[in-house]
Amino acid sequence: MSAATYGALIPGVPLLFGLVGLVLKPGEHGPRRLAATIGIAGAFVSLVVTLLLLLFATKPLIAGTQWTRIGDIEVTLGFEAGLAALYIALAVTVVALFVQIYSVDYLHDDPRYAPYAAQISLFTGAMLLVVTSGDLVGMLVGWEVMGACSYLLIGHDRRLPEAPAAAVKAFLVTRVGDVGFLLGIALLAVDAGTTRIGAVLTHDYGHGTLTAALLLILAGVAGKSAQFPLHTWLPDAMAGPTPISALIHAATMVAAGVYVVFRMYPLYEQSPAALAVLGVAAAITILLGALSATAQDDMKRVLAWSTVSQIGYMTGALAVGSPAAALFHLLTHAAFKALLFLAAGAVIHAVGTNYLSRMGGLREHMPITFWSFVVGLGALAGVPPLAGFWSKENVLTAAAHATDGGGPAPVWVAWLVWVAALFAVAITAWYATRLLLCAFFGISRAHGPDGPDWEIGFDDARYTPPHTPHDPPGHMRWPIILLAIPAALLGLAAYAPGFRTALELADPHLGVAVLLPLVLLVLGAGTAWYLWRAVPGVDPAAVLGPVRPFFAAGFRLDDVQDRLVVRPVRQLARLARATDERVVDATVEGTGTGTTWLGELVADMHRIALPWAALIVFAGALLLTVWFGAAS
Amino acid sequence: MNDVYQVMLVAAVALPAAGAALLSVLPIRFAGPTATGFAAAALIPIIVLPFGHDRGWATYAADPPTVSPWAELDLSWVPALHLHFHLGVDGVSYPLVALTGLLTLLCCAYTMWRPPAGGSPRTLLGLLLILEAGILGTFLSLDLILFFLFFEVTLLPMYAVIAGWGGEDRRRAARKFVLYTLFGSVLLLIGVLTVAVHAGTADIVALTGGIGLSKGTQYAAFALFAVAFAVKAPLWPLHSWLPDAHTQAPTVGSVILAGVLLKMGTYGLIRVGVGVTPLGARWAAPLLGILAVAAILAGALICLKQTELKRLIAYSSVGHMGFVLLGIATLTTTGIQAALLGNVAHGLITGLLFFLAGAIKDRAHTGDLADLGGLRETAPRLAGLLGFAAIASLGLPGLAGFWGEAFAVVAAVERGGVLWTILAVLAAIGGALTAAYFLRLLRKVTHGPVGTPVSPAIAGVEWFAWAPLVALTLAVGLVPTLVLAATSLPVEALIR
Repeated sequence: MSAATYGALIPGVPLLFGLVGLVLKPGEHGPRRLAATIGIAGAFVSLVVTLLLLLFATKPLIAGTQWTRIGDIEVTLGFEAGLAALYIALAVTVVALFVQIYSVDYLHDDPRYAPYAAQISLFTGAMLLVVTSGDLVGMLVGWEVMGACSYLLIGHDRRLPEAPAAAVKAFLVTRVGDVGFLLGIALLAVDAGTTRIGAVLTHDYGHGTLTAALLLILAGVAGKSAQFPLHTWLPDAMAGPTPISALIHAATMVAAGVYVVFRMYPLYEQSPAALAVLGVAAAITILLGALSATAQDDMKRVLAWSTVSQIGYMTGALAVGSPAAALFHLLTHAAFKALLFLAAGAVIHAVGTNYLSRMGGLREHMPITFWSFVVGLGALAGVPPLAGFWSKENVLTAAAHATDGGGPAPVWVAWLVWVAALFAVAITAWYATRLLLCAFFGISRAHGPDGPDWEIGFDDARYTPPHTPHDPPGHMRWPIILLAIPAALLGLAAYAPGFRTALELADPHLGVAVLLPLVLLVLGAGTAWYLWRAVPGVDPAAVLGPVRPFFAAGFRLDDVQDRLVVRPVRQLARLARATDERVVDATVEGTGTGTTWLGELVADMHRIALPWAALIVFAGALLLTVWFGAAS
Repeated sequence: MNDVYQVMLVAAVALPAAGAALLSVLPIRFAGPTATGFAAAALIPIIVLPFGHDRGWATYAADPPTVSPWAELDLSWVPALHLHFHLGVDGVSYPLVALTGLLTLLCCAYTMWRPPAGGSPRTLLGLLLILEAGILGTFLSLDLILFFLFFEVTLLPMYAVIAGWGGEDRRRAARKFVLYTLFGSVLLLIGVLTVAVHAGTADIVALTGGIGLSKGTQYAAFALFAVAFAVKAPLWPLHSWLPDAHTQAPTVGSVILAGVLLKMGTYGLIRVGVGVTPLGARWAAPLLGILAVAAILAGALICLKQTELKRLIAYSSVGHMGFVLLGIATLTTTGIQAALLGNVAHGLITGLLFFLAGAIKDRAHTGDLADLGGLRETAPRLAGLLGFAAIASLGLPGLAGFWGEAFAVVAAVERGGVLWTILAVLAAIGGALTAAYFLRLLRKVTHGPVGTPVSPAIAGVEWFAWAPLVALTLAVGLVPTLVLAATSLPVEALIR
């Protein structure tokens, strides 16, 4: 067996363990320990295999066999991973492992823990399948299984009335994007006669087909990676348990779309139109996410919108022709966003609320969580030398370079992405500072003006909040501490030649160009700090004034979506049902009634009184005589 | 009959029929085991038959015959009418034969332990076996007249199953079912006779490829076949018997009806419609494609507004069969293979869905979505299974439902041109709508506050009936070759 064959274990083991876990007895007295062991083991085995392949195998790893053949189209079952894919797989497995460990304590009294852990395993396996599949259909399998698992996990919380709706929304919005994804794959596969990615990437497509297929695939990417206009599911998905948010936001699901564009980049390079669309969507998404994040009161929603914005940086980098920068930012983002969500979970666990307006003063009670937040938010904002600084710098440099022309994308797209990304640096610094100040500084607002008994919003914090908040227990603490390391240091990997060549990253160079984002960073953070200092204890977001509700509602795009899609579909459904009952079925029933009526009529005619009957017989005889008489 | 495979062919049809005959004379307490025993025994020839495949001498010839069965039996039956008792099995029919055998066994076992309210269980079991004989006969016939005869055999038993053991409005639903499908059968009979008279033979093997039929005859015959099979499949807008029949039928009736009876329509369209009158098929393909996509969209939209569990699943069948018919309408190898896969997948998944819907209705005594809810709290296993079946049915890649639907879309793209591209796009949108109504179903039934409490215990017989369907849904999803292995050559021969 070649090393690549072992590679199939990377997605295979979590998928298999996930299926096994689903069979475990659910309910209050289910085998919790076994479920936890299976879940953690799945992620761990995958992690070990990934590490071994990364260290010892010769790359790229390719193995495949025919899966099936439908008509003229060959579908293969393949494993294919270069160094970059293995790095992504590493990020996925590390985050998944930490999320599994963290969940053991976080859901310590949840009766449905067993299926939850199994679904995380399936989710992880599905993401790893997307990353390592050598075939478009295999990729699609992972892609959709991930969507289904996100549905199950977001809807996990039984006491949260909005959870089922959020889960349905997440699945449906991504599924709408997947209409395009499937059609795009169909176009590529029909032309190439195979769904093997290696063959598809080297196939010579006509210009029109290629652009159409790539744009269609972008629809799927926008859905999964929460890009404008299909980003609306992501903030609502915060109804899921916090570890799930970490999983979805850090290395899986939202990263999948970016990865797919990266994987198909040899084709995207040939299509400036597709890159332009991607770039415009990215620019809008960057600003939309950042501005919406400024106005949220829910801590998780701030982070959710920041994800939308940061994924925009990645797709922006792809659009300006720098897949390496996109991937680098994906990796650093995986580290610091997982850290932020797990730390946010610790906060929510401790204070029993998501709302920043009910936190405050947590710094003294939760030092570990506080410092994790400092590292995570610093990395998010791009404070040197934390991880996010380096990767964001890479994206900005790539965009700035692309404005000179010569890249695969049009110059105006590069300008658009660059300007949007620069603005967003300041805004990101602003909301990151605001989050840190509101949650950890000032005085505690746990007993606010409305009395001491805040409603506890989330089932995953089902737990009597302690009188004084404290740092989380061991299973939750260690993943946070360990994730802080890459969140702080992963950026320096850009100096490691091996890593750099793996991603085909440009040499890091800290020229004058670094100054501009840094100035913007200081400006953003400084403004938030100034506002906080000027009126202590008041949320800096108050400065947004009348636009705050608009930003908080994510520019009301949910309403637009409701008006343009949801309601027309409902209306159509109503119409379809009415047509079916009143026209289609009524015709059938009418035929039946008509026949019965006709039968009765004829029966009645046979029962008429003798004089009339005699008259009709004579009339008939007369008619026949005349008829035949005329004929002869 | 000197060949073991010929014996097996006859046995597959004769065993269930013999079982039904025996049931009528046995005391009622032996009925359950006897029926289940005969249903299980009928699986033996079904399992043996594929071993005949490897003798495929004709398969590798340079110019293979259009239909080259693995096993074949051709007896002159009524020489004066040129009527032959011609049975045979090949890659196109075998998956459906196996599905029929399996579902009947599961239904017999289920009825034995969980007899539905209504008439005597012995009669129901007998009817199930007669149904099996008729359905297997339809799939195995290689003679048009014989095909028609078997096609008709299934009609009255199904009527009786609905009318005898159904819900409150069962008589009306059963009457509608029988009259509507009888209307289709009349057209089928005319079509069969048209072909037989013009070609001078009713042998499907000889007729495949439209040999001996003029263009006009083919057009006329295909139109008749298409309407006849469209009623059975059913194709929108000829579907309106289906929701009533499904809603009223007992659980096993729904399972057989959705699982295999509908497949006689799509199978007939492939074997007889496309096979015997290819020119007609090519002529009508665009219309068929348009109607198929209309069925997908209409089925999905109507499902979004359904308020009853079984009725919703019934309408979902309209959409799913729309994908199958779209595959057939493309007249490409990809499309027809996708249709065959879609057939089997729909049989497995919708069979499972009807079993689960029946179980929920039995426990909650209501199928109204508004009264159900919170199933994952009260009966987590049942909720899990329902979730699995629903997610499989919405076409999740990796499960059985995916291949048929995705590759029907791929086939439409492959066909190319403006019309087929639009159809592909609309069908793909229909796929998203399918997800919408299944998620709505899950949200109403499994999530939310507890509606009607449901006892969580799942009986052994329920596991016996459901587990094979769950396992096969997963297996066919992971290894589609299970169904497709032997289909590519016969399908290529069919559309050549």
